[in-house]
Amino acid sequence: MNIPYTSSARPDTGLYNAKLGIWMFLASEVMLFGALFSTYVLLRVNASVWPHGYEFLNIPLATINTVILISSSVTMVMSWAALMMKQFTKYKLYMGLTILCALAFLVIKYFEYSHEFVEGRFPDTNTYLAIYFTMTGLHGLHILGGIVVNAYLWGPGSKMWQTDPVRFTNRVEVAGLYWHFVDLVWIFLFPVLYLL
Amino acid sequence: MSDETSLPGKAGKHSSQKQVEGVGVGTHAHVHHEEHHHELSFWRHYVFSTDHKVIGIQYGITSLLFLLFGFTLMMIMRWQLAYPGEAIPWIGSWLGPDRAPEGIMLPEFYNQLGAMHGTIMVFLGVVPLAVGAFGNYVMPLQIGTIDMAFPKLNMMSYWVFFMGGVIMLVSFFLPGGAANSGWTSYAPLSVIATTGQTAWLFGMVFLITSSLLGSVNFIVTIIQLRTNGLTFMRMPFFVWAQFVTSFLLLLAFPPLEAAGVLQLMDRLAGTSFFMPSGLVVSGVPLTNAGGGSPLLWQHLFWFLAHPEVYVLILPAMGIVGEILANNTRKPLWGYKSMVWAIIFLGFMSFVVWAHHMFMTGMGTVISAFFQTTTMIISIPSIVILTAFFLSLWGGSIRYTTPMLFALAFLPMFGIGGLTGLPLGLAPPDIHLHDTYYVIGHFHYVVAPGTLMALFGGIYYWYPKVTGRKMSDVLGKLHFWGSFVFLNGVFMPMFIQGLAGVSRRLYDGGAQYAHAQDVLWWNEFMSISAWCLGLAQIPFIINFFWSIKRGEKVGDNPWEATTLDMAATTSPPLAHGNFVQIPEVHRGPYEYSVPGAKRDFIPQHERG
Amino acid sequence: MESAHVDDIKKSVRKYIMVFAALMALTVITVAISYLHLGVKAAIAVAMVVATIKGTLVATYFMHLIDERKAIYWTLILTVIFFIVLMVLPVSMHLDRLVQ
Repeated sequence: MNIPYTSSARPDTGLYNAKLGIWMFLASEVMLFGALFSTYVLLRVNASVWPHGYEFLNIPLATINTVILISSSVTMVMSWAALMMKQFTKYKLYMGLTILCALAFLVIKYFEYSHEFVEGRFPDTNTYLAIYFTMTGLHGLHILGGIVVNAYLWGPGSKMWQTDPVRFTNRVEVAGLYWHFVDLVWIFLFPVLYLL
Repeated sequence: MSDETSLPGKAGKHSSQKQVEGVGVGTHAHVHHEEHHHELSFWRHYVFSTDHKVIGIQYGITSLLFLLFGFTLMMIMRWQLAYPGEAIPWIGSWLGPDRAPEGIMLPEFYNQLGAMHGTIMVFLGVVPLAVGAFGNYVMPLQIGTIDMAFPKLNMMSYWVFFMGGVIMLVSFFLPGGAANSGWTSYAPLSVIATTGQTAWLFGMVFLITSSLLGSVNFIVTIIQLRTNGLTFMRMPFFVWAQFVTSFLLLLAFPPLEAAGVLQLMDRLAGTSFFMPSGLVVSGVPLTNAGGGSPLLWQHLFWFLAHPEVYVLILPAMGIVGEILANNTRKPLWGYKSMVWAIIFLGFMSFVVWAHHMFMTGMGTVISAFFQTTTMIISIPSIVILTAFFLSLWGGSIRYTTPMLFALAFLPMFGIGGLTGLPLGLAPPDIHLHDTYYVIGHFHYVVAPGTLMALFGGIYYWYPKVTGRKMSDVLGKLHFWGSFVFLNGVFMPMFIQGLAGVSRRLYDGGAQYAHAQDVLWWNEFMSISAWCLGLAQIPFIINFFWSIKRGEKVGDNPWEATTLDMAATTSPPLAHGNFVQIPEVHRGPYEYSVPGAKRDFIPQHERG
Repeated sequence: MESAHVDDIKKSVRKYIMVFAALMALTVITVAISYLHLGVKAAIAVAMVVATIKGTLVATYFMHLIDERKAIYWTLILTVIFFIVLMVLPVSMHLDRLVQ
């Protein structure tokens, strides 16, 4: 026996299970990052001095990273659109680009981190750097998780396109929702940590 | 028109509405799986099972063992409270010189016992039993589906929980022992505590992850997999309770996960999220950068931990609802108001947390806000409790074993709830804060309240799970023993607390003049606690004895109306639960319908 | 039916490209403004407004919330409420002290 509505939508809700599931998961992620943003606000209003990220962080590099991540979001949604139009090769291309962008993001992040470490700025230096490293680190872990999922859907997981195209398209959509959320978090992290 | 329905390989219409066919009208790939189910190996069948019933039983047994373990910690602790400084008999010598040299408990060990008792009872005992076990086993049956929406996720959820439990247990053997900063792990104490605290944080991250996976699964299952005809307002109250509970877990736990990560950073990377500037420990100034806020931990902790209280109590209310309706042979009084009350309760539970923090010097305006919300949240609780009491009115009550537990829940939860009101108002809270009164209050909610309901649930669903009833004689012995001694343990705490005895004293208050008049209660409570331990023996015997020797029962042993009891065999089919997926034609509690030929009409019965 | 559907997707693709352009423009704007060194309050206000617009664009179009189902809206409304609670209440407890 099969679980109902794994790939077709339940008529009264209009949703298949995984889509509702990923939105629930994202809701919890909102609260996770919400707690961290709340921490940031609380620490900042309580602090007598607050170092500004732009004084020592590399803004151009971070801007490039923002552009890369937004681009990856676009390629992600294009890969899903390609599957909707039954263009599997195009899907492979766009999904591949998404993964490359994500990797590029992490590489740049690595250079940023190592620059800080060389300059003697560590998480324990002050509360600003503590929250900077914690939030970007946790966000980086989310990127890493996204890469794993997307790489699976690009490689071995894509065989499902032959056997069950609907379900495969759904999977890509769900992975996309997660990926856009990771992008969305960065859209807030970037100004909060770098520009303000 | 949804995007999905017009995709290739998909039959766009869902007219058949048969649950079993819901998936893959156009996707034949899965059809063949069915035959393989019967050849599952031992490991896949009993250990790494994806079946919600097996996972439910796994959760049930694990959490009962943890409850016993957490209770044992407390029984050891109560020795020190009753007879401070005296050697612990029998087991004292086993504890070793790090914990109890020559059998006399060290203060450090006392702190570990306290912190781990709370942690284990809440996160490894009651929640996994109430949600993991009952929710997993009963909820899919009650909504008429073959399994949870994500069976693999369900299995992962259990094993992640299990790992969290193992980490907590192993932490007792670390240098410095287990976590010893209270189950609340208040900073900065917890940040400078021994290694056990790091293990505690890792354990919590596992437990939280498990709860998140579980709650996503529960919500999707309830929304997506309800059988035909089971509208939201026809769902059994238990399902509603699990539904609201899942939302609490989903949205309240992540902030604690974040807080756990931050505290790990404080402990491992030397950050100062919760460490204020200028802290001096044992005469030595700390070298932290400082600038952090200890209150931040309290905010993030109680943002979870207050909704967590309702995570404990709501499933218990759900169980009580089922048992009451079944044994009064009446519909639940005011079912709809109860549903709205439980939704409102869940919502409000997110905006009351700072009533745990009246003593932290918050402003008067914000304090007034939290006092108001706290008073407001008592209203839906009272609506539910009142509806339960009114459900008894005019019923021809069957005093079965589960019913005794459910009936006991009502006054016990009532005491727990009402004694909470003074704590929710800042002025009396100043007097009562951190005294045994607080301990008495929340234990009345959780132990004589929730635990009684959960035991009731075990007696109620045991015949469904095993096909055999538990012994009534042993059950009643268990009930009366537990009922009497639970009150013996917790009632005196109000007396001590009102006298001002602090809850955190290694000697139970012996060194304080103001505690002298109420000190003798310590021995009374300890003896009650040990007797409470003895009172669980009939339950343990009953639990195992009845698996093989219990009285055999039919498919619907309690003549109940809900699908779990009425539409399945006892036990339900290993794969797919139902012979045929039932359709629902009526509300959940159609008992004693005038003119009907029996005094109950199951939900799936036509006409 | 099927072909109309493909047309819909093509239309969405055009939308995605436009949203992408908007996001890029907003990124440039937010960085450019940060170099102006406005006062702290003004800078925070501007940056948050821009970030919120960007976030809304991503959620609305990439995550296609624009034509999503009721169940998801309800959950997100609930989440947003609790998110606001989480952002506002802890800090409000310190305001009295900070104002003094």
